[in-house]
Amino acid sequence: MDLENQKRVKEFAEEYGAENLVVVLGAAEGEAAGLAAETVTLGDPTFAGPLTGVQLGLAVYHVCEPEIKEEFDEAVYDEQVGMMEMVLDVDDIVSEMNAIREQL
Amino acid sequence: MNSVIKGASYVLVHTPDMVYYNGTTQTTEMIVNPESEYLKEVKSNLRSYEDAVKYWPNQTYIGNVHPEELAGVEFPWYDKKKEDADRYGKYGEIMPEEEFLFLVQACDQFEVVRLDKDFVAEYKDKFAADPIIGEDIVAMIHEGVELSEIEHFVNEEHAEGLYFNDKLVGCVKRAHDIDVNLSAHVMHENLMSKASSVLALLYAVRNAGIDKAEVEYVIDCAEEACGDMNQRGGGNFAKAAAEIAGLVNATGSDARGFCAAPTHAVIEAAALVKSGAYKTVVVTSGGCTAKLGMNGKDHVKKGLPILEDCLGGFAVVISENDGVSPEIDLNVLGRHTVGTGSAPQNVIGSLVADPLDRVGMKITDIDKFSPEMQNPDITKPAGAGDVPLANYKMIGALAVKRGELDRKELANFTTEKGLTGWAPTQGHIPSGVPYIGPACEDIKEGKIKNAMIIGKGSLFLGRMTNLFDGVSFLIHGNTAAEEEAAAGVSEEEVKGLIAKAMKDFAATLMAE
Amino acid sequence: MAILEGKKAIIIGDRDGVPGPAIAECVKTAGAEIVFSSTECFV
Repeated sequence: MDLENQKRVKEFAEEYGAENLVVVLGAAEGEAAGLAAETVTLGDPTFAGPLTGVQLGLAVYHVCEPEIKEEFDEAVYDEQVGMMEMVLDVDDIVSEMNAIREQL
Repeated sequence: MNSVIKGASYVLVHTPDMVYYNGTTQTTEMIVNPESEYLKEVKSNLRSYEDAVKYWPNQTYIGNVHPEELAGVEFPWYDKKKEDADRYGKYGEIMPEEEFLFLVQACDQFEVVRLDKDFVAEYKDKFAADPIIGEDIVAMIHEGVELSEIEHFVNEEHAEGLYFNDKLVGCVKRAHDIDVNLSAHVMHENLMSKASSVLALLYAVRNAGIDKAEVEYVIDCAEEACGDMNQRGGGNFAKAAAEIAGLVNATGSDARGFCAAPTHAVIEAAALVKSGAYKTVVVTSGGCTAKLGMNGKDHVKKGLPILEDCLGGFAVVISENDGVSPEIDLNVLGRHTVGTGSAPQNVIGSLVADPLDRVGMKITDIDKFSPEMQNPDITKPAGAGDVPLANYKMIGALAVKRGELDRKELANFTTEKGLTGWAPTQGHIPSGVPYIGPACEDIKEGKIKNAMIIGKGSLFLGRMTNLFDGVSFLIHGNTAAEEEAAAGVSEEEVKGLIAKAMKDFAATLMAE
Repeated sequence: MAILEGKKAIIIGDRDGVPGPAIAECVKTAGAEIVFSSTECFV
């Protein structure tokens, strides 16, 4: 994850408390989604950014995951993400995201 | 009449040392994690020049392999070599780093580039032997200096080192002591962009078969900015590169728009020519040192060589309709507007469906789409997916939604209307334009009748807007003959008719 | 219990996946307050 974004995530966690935050991702691939999820939960796996060694344990979802998708207004989701969802490998994204969450 | 594409060039410069010393992934790591394992592994994961030349996507970029042939090569490509690969291709070449440093010096008008005298003695003739490099450029090379002088500038005066085989062989000095926009870092980045643009210009003029003096205007569409502390992006790379390339009758300007800039620039060039403002305009761009090794961490982690080891450049010559060359149709222009939004389907809609709707065409009327032609060998291991394929799936899905394509045909659509990406991830370089050269040939050979070129840009990275951007245009076969026929009578015929009327009139007068 | 309702949302979009502003439009409808939205680019 971009270093500046890591910094901001860390600041928000300090400001609002980790339990009040939810991170929503839009990654193009399962692996990238998993890496971003790992960064905001267990720490930056690339050891480059401010979240290196910082276990924020934030709630994190990919925008296409079913449990978060059902909370969106269906028409808005369809208009904003619907077609991209057809292009993405959602099963792969879901399994990568679950794999990270299981480690928490 | 529409302006035409007279020729295009595509060049690469293999710069493994700049991957380590100038790519931002590596330079950032040197700041935040100087002892990292990754930094220790970078150098041993760089490819040799020979391997970069034999890399299938690189051979495709310079024109020795057609994109369709590349699509038939088993994926992944990093572990395969094209055996009869050549440094030179019909569109350009893959220049080695040691020769490129001489072109960089030729591009330096302020004596900021210093090369070691032993290095100059050893490699200058090799540079001069490149057929595209004329004597005028070779004459700009200075005598080398003592290595101790270079070491002094690097160690004491913040100069950027120039390396070959990981050995210091030169430097780029700062051009001002306190102006950050003229720092050695910025001068280095800008000179590399300028020099690779010059190389692209030289090949473009050759490939178009025109005289250098015919070029009246040059548009640079790279992603760098040159200026000083009072005007950070003052410009102008276009004219600076035109000067070195010997385009004596040209002026020019820079167009910027992140990765969408090349497509913006080609549309502007086509409009300038069609309007009659200029007869011949060249759109050009050099490469970007900052992006070298951008996804290197992922490549190394997965046991791949660092594939982002080349600077890219391209140029397209656009001129008045010659009755033969493929045309840029300004009636079919897509544009992502302020009001379009970021939803991927709206982006594709604005760039693909909207311009076709305006002229009553369907998505399926287009033979080939060239959106962002990033090489998936580079992007897939980095978690960015297969970018061209994702674009084709979106375009296909849009065609299905509009009832122009049967859902069952979706898989075919991506192969039939699509291309496999081959361009280096140099930001603006892969954005639509890599296919212009092959498209013109495919159109002339009758393999396809048209192609849509799509450029997209991540404007939000500049932190001035959260907006995305993109534009598109259509290339098709030459229609000059049809247009004349449709106009009814040619000038010749009109003259003939007038002459006949005069004769008839004279005859009636005589009779009276 | 809802995931987003009443929470503060951080959005990390992807230029070649789903961009930040498109995610933001959705997240708003689920009753979360968006405190940050960014779009990453790997190309």
